[in-house]
Amino acid sequence: MKRKESAKVLSQECLAPGIFSMWLLTGIGDEAVPGQFVSLYSRDGSRLLPRPISLCEIGEGRIRLVYRVAGAGTAEFSALRAGDSVEVLGPLGNGFPLKEAEGKRVFLIGGGIGVPPMVETAKRIPGEKILVMGYRDSQMFLKEELEQTGPFFAATEDGSFGTRGNVLDAVRENDLSADLIFACGPAPMLRAVKAYAKEQGIPAWISMEERMACGIGACLGCVCGSKEVDGHSHVKNKRICKDGPVFPAEEVEL
Amino acid sequence: MDLSVDIAGVTLKNPVMTASGTFGSGEEYSEFVDLNRLGAVVTKGVANVPWPGNPTPRIAETYGGMLNAIGLQNPGIDVFVRRDLPFLKQFDTKVVVNVCGRITEDYVEVVERLSEEPVDLLEINISCPNVKEGGIAFGQSAKAAEAITRAVKEKARQPVIMKLSPNVTDIAEMARAVEAGGADAVSLINTLTGMKIDIHRRTFALANKTGGLSGPAVRPVAVRMVYQAAQAVKIPVIGMGGIRSAEDALEFILAGAAAVSVGTANFHNPYVTLEIVDGIRAYMEQYGVQDVRELVGAVK
Repeated sequence: MKRKESAKVLSQECLAPGIFSMWLLTGIGDEAVPGQFVSLYSRDGSRLLPRPISLCEIGEGRIRLVYRVAGAGTAEFSALRAGDSVEVLGPLGNGFPLKEAEGKRVFLIGGGIGVPPMVETAKRIPGEKILVMGYRDSQMFLKEELEQTGPFFAATEDGSFGTRGNVLDAVRENDLSADLIFACGPAPMLRAVKAYAKEQGIPAWISMEERMACGIGACLGCVCGSKEVDGHSHVKNKRICKDGPVFPAEEVEL
Repeated sequence: MDLSVDIAGVTLKNPVMTASGTFGSGEEYSEFVDLNRLGAVVTKGVANVPWPGNPTPRIAETYGGMLNAIGLQNPGIDVFVRRDLPFLKQFDTKVVVNVCGRITEDYVEVVERLSEEPVDLLEINISCPNVKEGGIAFGQSAKAAEAITRAVKEKARQPVIMKLSPNVTDIAEMARAVEAGGADAVSLINTLTGMKIDIHRRTFALANKTGGLSGPAVRPVAVRMVYQAAQAVKIPVIGMGGIRSAEDALEFILAGAAAVSVGTANFHNPYVTLEIVDGIRAYMEQYGVQDVRELVGAVK
């Protein structure tokens, strides 16, 4: 059940330049699955719209958000300290279909601020998984958490760690393969993952991003083009916040 | 204490309605809000056929407001009647269907399709700034506005609210034009046409380049226009534009609005509509107002 409530900040930590990790005391995540997100609200009345942030880890009665400071709203969140509170709405969206991973070897692919949701996803997949993460440089946030869950490979844009290039360069350089992909990251990465999955003939589920307003499927602000007619408007526009953010790669236009 | 208001012979249990386009057909917000407690639900615009809307990005935040250029994506009247209307009829609230179209015949077709349906009021959207045809084309000329009002009224079986655009020189003239065309009520304001530039990417923030500005930033403009419209016509005026609290809603009511619509504020606080109903009641208690209608247009 979705709800909006005031959540107490338990901790705030800077993981890398511009990347922050915040634990919140809230039961909003108790029923949530990885790949879902929450909306965080600014205290400043001049900033009306919530900021959608993916769930990085889900603990009992608490959630961890790892986010990039991209503007004044997220800068405000990064200044919150333990004991402060913040308005949060969730859980939102559909999350990764963990059942699909049963009995399969799974690629968990994250790029940039698409890395965080892979932490909880990795924890919830008991079977074989290979983690392939893309970063700008050697400031590889969440690397330790991810390494605890399975084999970890990294690609860095500047080549300062792992494979120089993108996540698929890391897949090829390390001669990795899998039966299924769960991916979250910037659109160019998702496009490449979609093409790779098609070439390999394996299913891929990708988590999409778009500017949002309501976050619950009412305003139709955050749609993406889809192959099939959508259930809401009967056009070919799926709502990222409600029908997604996770979609079968072949289903959505990128 | 009586919070009920009358719009063209339809009694709303309180003056708080949702604003078209921000609330879908109520389903998504029903997880947060007891729709039974709203004066009315105003649906997102419905056309004769499904509309895909505009490319993304469709949303941009601005200081104290937001721009949207959804482009009236909607499932069309068939799906609306089959799916959304039965959903809304489960609740004890009035149903206002917002109607959009490209040409006059589109609007008339939707209005005719709704003639036998359990709909309380029609709101005719002649003011959307985000579609190339229809919408605002009817809303920026008094002559065109009067003509489409007349065409719709000829076929409409429910009372007709004409939704006006603030993107005009003289709002009173527009209100008088739709009244002359036979409108049973007017609602205003739709969004103000705006633009935002992304200076880092050196491009428009919205794929549509322009969008409709809404939110608290537009409220003083909206209050002024509601006042001017209320002074100009005898039919009821429904006020909207940046309302996010009971205090905001009361400004509109005192300026002459018989009812108010709450839009963008839902995105900031999904519970806001009911908080406004409660806040209006608290204000009436505080000032010993027995009937909310005493407040309508009380500031001359």
